[in-house]
Amino acid sequence: MSAEAETKKRKIKLTIPEEEIMSPGHLACQGCGGALAMRYALKALGRKTIMAIPACCWSVIDGPFPYSAAGIPIHHSAFETAASTASGISHALSQLGQDDVTALAWAGDGGTFDIGIQALSGAAERGDNIIYIVYDNEAYMNTGIQRSSATPHGAWTTTTPVKHYKRGPKKNIIEIMVAHHIPYCATANIAYPEDLIRKVKKAKEIKGTKFLHIHSPCPPGWKYPPNITIKVARLATETNAFPLYEVESGVYKINKKRKNPKPVSEYLKLQGRFRHLTEEEIEYIQGEVNKNWRRLLKLEEVFGEPLE
Amino acid sequence: MSDKKEYPEVIDIKSADDMPPMPVSLGSMRTNKTASWRSIRPVIIEEKCKLCMICWKYCPEPAIVPTCPPTIDYDYCKGCGICIEECPFDAIVSEKEGK
Amino acid sequence: MKKVLTGNFAAAYGAAAARVKIIPAYPITPQTTIVEIMSEIVADGLLDADFVKVESEHSALAACIGAQATGARTFTATSAQGLALMHEMLHWAARDRLPIVLANVNRAMAPGWSIWADVTDSIAQRDTGWMQMYCENNQEVFDTILMSYKIGENEDVLLPTLVNLDAFFLSHTSQIVDMYEQKKIDKFLPPYRPKLKLDVNDPRAFGALTSPEHYYEFSYKMQIAHQRAKEVIREVGKEFSETFGREYGLTENYRCDDAEIILVSYGTIAGTTKDAIDRMRDKGISVGLLKIRYFRPFPEKEVCQILGRAEKVGVIDRAVSFGHEGPFFSEIKASMYGSNVPLYGFITGLGGRDVSISNIESMVSHMQDNEPSNLIWIGVKK
Repeated sequence: MSAEAETKKRKIKLTIPEEEIMSPGHLACQGCGGALAMRYALKALGRKTIMAIPACCWSVIDGPFPYSAAGIPIHHSAFETAASTASGISHALSQLGQDDVTALAWAGDGGTFDIGIQALSGAAERGDNIIYIVYDNEAYMNTGIQRSSATPHGAWTTTTPVKHYKRGPKKNIIEIMVAHHIPYCATANIAYPEDLIRKVKKAKEIKGTKFLHIHSPCPPGWKYPPNITIKVARLATETNAFPLYEVESGVYKINKKRKNPKPVSEYLKLQGRFRHLTEEEIEYIQGEVNKNWRRLLKLEEVFGEPLE
Repeated sequence: MSDKKEYPEVIDIKSADDMPPMPVSLGSMRTNKTASWRSIRPVIIEEKCKLCMICWKYCPEPAIVPTCPPTIDYDYCKGCGICIEECPFDAIVSEKEGK
Repeated sequence: MKKVLTGNFAAAYGAAAARVKIIPAYPITPQTTIVEIMSEIVADGLLDADFVKVESEHSALAACIGAQATGARTFTATSAQGLALMHEMLHWAARDRLPIVLANVNRAMAPGWSIWADVTDSIAQRDTGWMQMYCENNQEVFDTILMSYKIGENEDVLLPTLVNLDAFFLSHTSQIVDMYEQKKIDKFLPPYRPKLKLDVNDPRAFGALTSPEHYYEFSYKMQIAHQRAKEVIREVGKEFSETFGREYGLTENYRCDDAEIILVSYGTIAGTTKDAIDRMRDKGISVGLLKIRYFRPFPEKEVCQILGRAEKVGVIDRAVSFGHEGPFFSEIKASMYGSNVPLYGFITGLGGRDVSISNIESMVSHMQDNEPSNLIWIGVKK
């Protein structure tokens, strides 16, 4: 290599692990947030990971029999069984003496907020040693964009058409998981891969049930061109619509605070699923975003330190 | 990164005897070259590239390798355009596929 | 070592003797004492296993599947509503070819709420791909659990087994059970070592999207496994008798060889039928019992061979397939297509109604005095 090329190579600083575990050739849509989420999670966890995937986009993205893209062992399972399957895997790993292998449940919002919430709650209450990651594209995308309880207020989906758009807030899944007294809950965003990877690595080192909620934009479902996936994801956090925070054994820590958060309309206006909203409706959403942010700040204020 | 690219064999199942008892994967999705999904292709302009690797970081496939400059693997690039959008130095341009 | 055990305890101790590693279980009457005793055995350190206190039966079987796929031997137990709730995962376990063993306490399906014996719950799972068998007594429960692991884990089989025992008549009734020596059991049933499992050193995806191109062949292979399982059941039954002194097959022939009338039954009714047969034989009636142990895979060879020689056959079902007839009766009739033997289909004992020796005797006199018919309700108040 020439001196110039050497210098050039030394300049390269990778901010996330270099090794690719997931292979290309998978079936994710162009610009898929869920594909990026998996790529980052695998970089954080490494090859000693066994994953339970319920019905969700990744059931298809990984590829049909006889192929797989993920690069680690996967057990596909029924829709509501991400957490229960992962619990079984984690117990078997422990009984077989494979304590260095991570049991991971990888589910979409449908399989987490809705049909899978019982199994998730059960596993969390038992404190089963699993990492549960939900990549949230805010609807049942794999079956063609039907609403879930993670669909935000105002969104169009095929089951909440424009005249009956989804009313009511998303379930606050982090609060639900915090109520289970698990050691680690966190939100993450594919636009902030260093933060996401740090959180997954942190979860790996903790024993018990760990829960991560990844914001995962979807071009066909949210109705935007695939090249702005990262831009849309970033705006979610820059507008406080999707704050980045961790709750470690009940202690709240907000990871990113902007002095002047961007108006939520900047986030909404990029997505066709919100195109029908009037100015008043957007103002209402802004009000809800502000309220939730203030509430989160208060939680950090009150629960920012461990209680005696 | 080796110069020689390895493509796993396409798995050809001729009979039930060739199959495992349950559906379990026998090979990699690398056999599926998603190049055909593209309608535009990203092209890196070497002179403008500052080696920040943001394109590599945000590729969902991944179809970019962190060399200097980064190498786009056109066998898999789906043409989503994220790298073009995210490059802070406008060092990646969009070209129409099938030129 | 002989102990006085209820059917539930026999199931629990059978699983413990099989050295199961993961027990995800959820309580339901009348299975509860199985999970209670298993959690005690584990807590006391008598069994090196994880007892996973799942929050529903659906999760119980899902956890079994995850654990078994990772390479650990698993066991669970349930009944009626719980088994029904597991239905989706029963299909999954079978198609995933995981040799899980599930002790099901046969109980009537609600509504009305009933905790009493009825086999509709397990019959309704007939087509899931599980092997399923019915126990006559607690010794058989203990023995079958051990054999089911050996049979299921056979490379050519790789299928889960539903081991059925009647609510209260077996689950809560004490009988003498020989638990043998653990050393002998360990020799008979070596540790579980599956060829294909979730392994970070050999990463694969299990159960992915399967197109019409391949799904058909997987089903074909599963059927071949069931057919092979019949031979394996016979082989393992023979090996069991050589090791422990009790022989089991797909069916049991009780005084059929010279019988003019042969009754067919399963579960605890089979036990009662044996007593009835002894009584009727004393009165000079030529009658025998073909006890069906395995409903899946279905023993059509034994059925045709033994029932083909009879003058009359009466099948006693503890369930009815609504809109048609007794499930065992249907399948036996289908197996015997082409034979001229008159077949009588008796329905009895639904919802835990007791089936007595005199009930059985009345079935035989009915057969002696009447033309064959498909739906003969015994003991129903009309």
